[in-house]
Amino acid sequence: MELSLLTFFPAIGALLLLLVPSKQHDTIKMVSLLVAFITFLISLWLYFAFDPIAHPMQFQFSVPWIPSMGISYHMGIDGISLLLIVMTALLMIPAILCSWKSITKSVKGFYISMLLLATGMLGVFCSLDLFLFYVFWEVMLIPMYFIIGLWGGQRRLYAAIKFVLFTMFGSLLMLVAIIYMAFEFKSQTGVYSFDMIALTGMPIDTQVQMWLFGAFALAFAIKVPLFPFHTWLPDAHVEAPTAGSVILAGVLLKLGTYGFIRICMPMFPEATVAFTPYISVLAIIAIIYGALVAMVQKDIKSLVAFSSVSHMGFVMLGLFALNTQALEGSVIQMINHGISTGALFLLVGMIYERRHTRLISEFGGLAKVMPVFSTIFLIVTLSSIGLPLTNGFVGEFLILLGLFKVNTTYAILAATGVILSACYMLWMYQRVIFGKLTNPKNEKLLDLSLREKVILIPLVVLIFWIGIYPKPLFDRLSPSIRLVQEQMQSRASAAKTSKFELVESVKESDYNYDATIEDRLEKVK
Amino acid sequence: MTENIYWIPLLPLLGFLVNGLLLGKLPQRVVSLVACGTVGASFLLSLMSFLELKALPPELRIIEQTLFTWISSGDFQVNFGFLLDPLSSIMILVVTGVGFLIHLYSVGYMSHDSGYGRYFAYLNLFTFSMLVLVLADNFLFMFVGWEGVGLCSYLLIGFWFEKKSASDAGKKAFIVNRIGDFGFLIGMFIIFWQVGSLDFVTVAARAPEVFVAGGTLVTAACILLFVGAAGKSAQIPLYVWLPDAMEGPTPVSALIHAATMVTAGVYMIVRANALFIMSPDALLVVAIVGGVTALFAATIGLVQNDIKRVLAYSTISQLGYMFLACGVAAFSAGIFHLMTHAFFKALLFLGAGSVIHAMSDEQDMRYMGGLKKYLPITFGTFFIATLAISGIPLMSGFFSKDEILWQAFSSDYGHPIFWVMGFITAGLTAFYMFRLLFMTFYGKERMDEKTKSHIHESPKFMTVPLMVLAVLAVIGGWIGMPHIFGVTNYFEEWLEPVISSAKPAVEAHMLASAGGDSGMEIMLMFATIILVGLAIFAAFKIYSKNPKVADSLADKFKTPHNILLNKYYIDEFYGAVIVRPLIYFSLFLWKIMDVLFIDGLLNGLANLYEGISETMRSLQTGRIRSYATAFVIGVFILIAYAVIE
Repeated sequence: MELSLLTFFPAIGALLLLLVPSKQHDTIKMVSLLVAFITFLISLWLYFAFDPIAHPMQFQFSVPWIPSMGISYHMGIDGISLLLIVMTALLMIPAILCSWKSITKSVKGFYISMLLLATGMLGVFCSLDLFLFYVFWEVMLIPMYFIIGLWGGQRRLYAAIKFVLFTMFGSLLMLVAIIYMAFEFKSQTGVYSFDMIALTGMPIDTQVQMWLFGAFALAFAIKVPLFPFHTWLPDAHVEAPTAGSVILAGVLLKLGTYGFIRICMPMFPEATVAFTPYISVLAIIAIIYGALVAMVQKDIKSLVAFSSVSHMGFVMLGLFALNTQALEGSVIQMINHGISTGALFLLVGMIYERRHTRLISEFGGLAKVMPVFSTIFLIVTLSSIGLPLTNGFVGEFLILLGLFKVNTTYAILAATGVILSACYMLWMYQRVIFGKLTNPKNEKLLDLSLREKVILIPLVVLIFWIGIYPKPLFDRLSPSIRLVQEQMQSRASAAKTSKFELVESVKESDYNYDATIEDRLEKVK
Repeated sequence: MTENIYWIPLLPLLGFLVNGLLLGKLPQRVVSLVACGTVGASFLLSLMSFLELKALPPELRIIEQTLFTWISSGDFQVNFGFLLDPLSSIMILVVTGVGFLIHLYSVGYMSHDSGYGRYFAYLNLFTFSMLVLVLADNFLFMFVGWEGVGLCSYLLIGFWFEKKSASDAGKKAFIVNRIGDFGFLIGMFIIFWQVGSLDFVTVAARAPEVFVAGGTLVTAACILLFVGAAGKSAQIPLYVWLPDAMEGPTPVSALIHAATMVTAGVYMIVRANALFIMSPDALLVVAIVGGVTALFAATIGLVQNDIKRVLAYSTISQLGYMFLACGVAAFSAGIFHLMTHAFFKALLFLGAGSVIHAMSDEQDMRYMGGLKKYLPITFGTFFIATLAISGIPLMSGFFSKDEILWQAFSSDYGHPIFWVMGFITAGLTAFYMFRLLFMTFYGKERMDEKTKSHIHESPKFMTVPLMVLAVLAVIGGWIGMPHIFGVTNYFEEWLEPVISSAKPAVEAHMLASAGGDSGMEIMLMFATIILVGLAIFAAFKIYSKNPKVADSLADKFKTPHNILLNKYYIDEFYGAVIVRPLIYFSLFLWKIMDVLFIDGLLNGLANLYEGISETMRSLQTGRIRSYATAFVIGVFILIAYAVIE
């Protein structure tokens, strides 16, 4: 029930907003801020109430929804979704605060969209029923479409339509796959079911797995976005208002990687292993490609957008390394990317509000007039580069460490991303912050206001906290990661003795994931 | 004290936090007090720890302390842990000692700068990071300090951020170092997956069991670690950032880019000596890179006119010596030179700072000359440092350099060629240092009248540190005199417990050489002394006696002189071969791949769809007549079809 409260609280808030007259902007803002804050407090309560050593799926709640089809309203979270939920709820606060002054037209509609978006995102992370998952997945799309399309920049319509078409294209195939799975369940057991826990245990023929994996993976890969499905992202980011970019980068991209770890890996383990080389190569391309293209961007926002492509490549690569360090690193990196990239978009938004441009060449020498801004920008830049003692390092290091054991070449190629990220971020920082203040328009810029500091400082604290003492996160995460590995392992070993010949080829490949997971299982016992 | 080692790095961190968070709110006096006070206190703690360590029997001189677990994932676990042993005890003394003097000096040097508070905050943060680097008990925590000093270096090189050349230099330093870090990281991965730990003590203990001596894995790990070291310590091919780093304030050059940070690579290799000793191939690579860098950088130093650039290339060259020492498995000689170099090179930079200060920020030696009488203390101390770096007998640099040269010749891993490299470098060093000395302090006064009227000796805050360092530059080497002098090499003895792995073979060899080859050792030593003498004489002839000679020589050897002056065009080469192609390639990816190809394909698909719909739509004209026509034609075709059938 707690999860339903969390998920629908923002939606209730949105309903409340409907009652407020649209002229009363301040009331609308305060109500939505309050709703976001309370949502965050609920998520925080969940964070502390979550028992790291109990069964991974907690706060479960299930009532039949469409019994004839085996669809139920089933919610529950494990360590992975817990962390993502807290991050989502947290990011809603700066996303709402940063719109305080920048959103001036149809204010009411904007905040209603934001709150509905929150419900959609939280719902996806809480769902334990594939149908429910799909509903929230699609629900999320609508407010985001409006946020980009109504409150965006000049090419907002193009960007909004591109965003929706890309996502719809992927999710339609996912719907087919979901329905197929319910039918498959019926053919095996006699009843329909969309329940994720039930479906996770269901043996599926390898050949079929490949198709199902492909359908889900396409939907998720577009969301991540994985090269070459990434081209909607820069457009969406550049056109979206700051709040939209923060949520887009901070949360929406994680839905893709979350889908992989929640659905693809435990439900289609053989297919996961079979697809690993292809996805890994695409992820490596994304890392390097995203970084290189980011380097030559002229607009700060599209630079950050391409850097997301690169960073999410790291996350994907880590997930598909399938060993403990890389998996845990990946999930931590999802959180880190949400915090750091979210903060970057907030910072970019702050100078955009002052200058109404994001072109790097328009700036330079800001350190002189905006010292506080420059300092926070530096901290966030360093966290994005992955400097030790900031959050980014913990994730990147574990991903590379884990990956190195599985595939040395991949790890070495991916590690070049570490060099490139320093190149594009520091170059951008230099051109915006350092140098002489030559543009007269920049001379009178004001440093951060109190509201802006309130937005950024919690994120800065988190950057260092996760960088220095990530243990509480790992404590909650580890059992869930282990469960995913065990689910994959038990299926893989069951398959070994049965008809699946693919496992043989898996065993022969240089991918020794079996070995690593078996080691781990030994340890657990 | 040894129970609370963590206070040694934490004090400067505290100073950083106070000065950083209260930036602009504290008066200069308080800022300096906090900054110098914390580093000074840290030095005292280091001294106490050293003495306590010394009171212990040699085999017990390892003290480990853990603050808390940092990252723990699966069977990977890394702590924030500190390790005090003979090696780190020397390093913390050098870092806090020299660091404290440079903090004091900065009080005078930076007193008129508007970024005073920011400067000291960075300097304290640097000291903290450097102390973490040398006190860490595992590779990953060391890497924290490693990146921390890199960050501070970036911030301090670009301290005067309004100057484009300064922020460019800072960025270059960071990125080149990142290339090195790439090696360091992957080296760590190999070590962890082989040993199962990144803890120094554990790695040293288990290395002989898990690695095959001379095997590919250990060689790969060592060479990758060395890539990291080469980045941080400015060795070929990653040295290019250090000369540019001279854009930073001069005390920063002294502290970070001469005495401490750039020696981190040497420290790291000595820390990992248990691994390196297992891989002769890796040692060979280290020795070759070190030797070649020493020689190569010294030749560039010969013709530079910027006083700080000469010193920068000299630093690269001296670091090359240290790596040469490590490469021939003479690890304690490497650390010994690291220490003496910290004294005399810090002194040289601070002296140069004092000169630049007096010269109203002029750095070009062609506009100096005759400064001796205006700056007596600066000159006196600078002269001592020049003697020390040139290896004049009984000065600190003499003992440490001689030790390296002898080891390069005689060690199991040594080779006469290495000795020749070091030998020629010694001659070149003496030449360019005395050239610098003569051009700056002797001869005609070539500055303009305005500058001349401002020349003054620096304030006490600056001269006292110079004098202290001068004393160290003289006596600092006496604790490590060679065996042939019939005395104990205290320095080597102190480091013995840390450098244990190579012991049996090397020590036996050294004992033998101490007796058997002492004639050879003395001969080589004299050869070096004579070469240094000749080099000084040549510098005197060319730059002091008759300055015209220098110009005519430069004219005569125009091409080589130009090549040297332009630093072998390495920066231009990197620009043309790496940087620009990368940017063009990135532009290609963006404009062609992303916008034209992928998006073009998608938009094309959309357009195609739109086009088809458009055609279909235009058929639906809504005019009855055209529908009727189509209908009649259709009927005719059907009838015709039926008839033919």
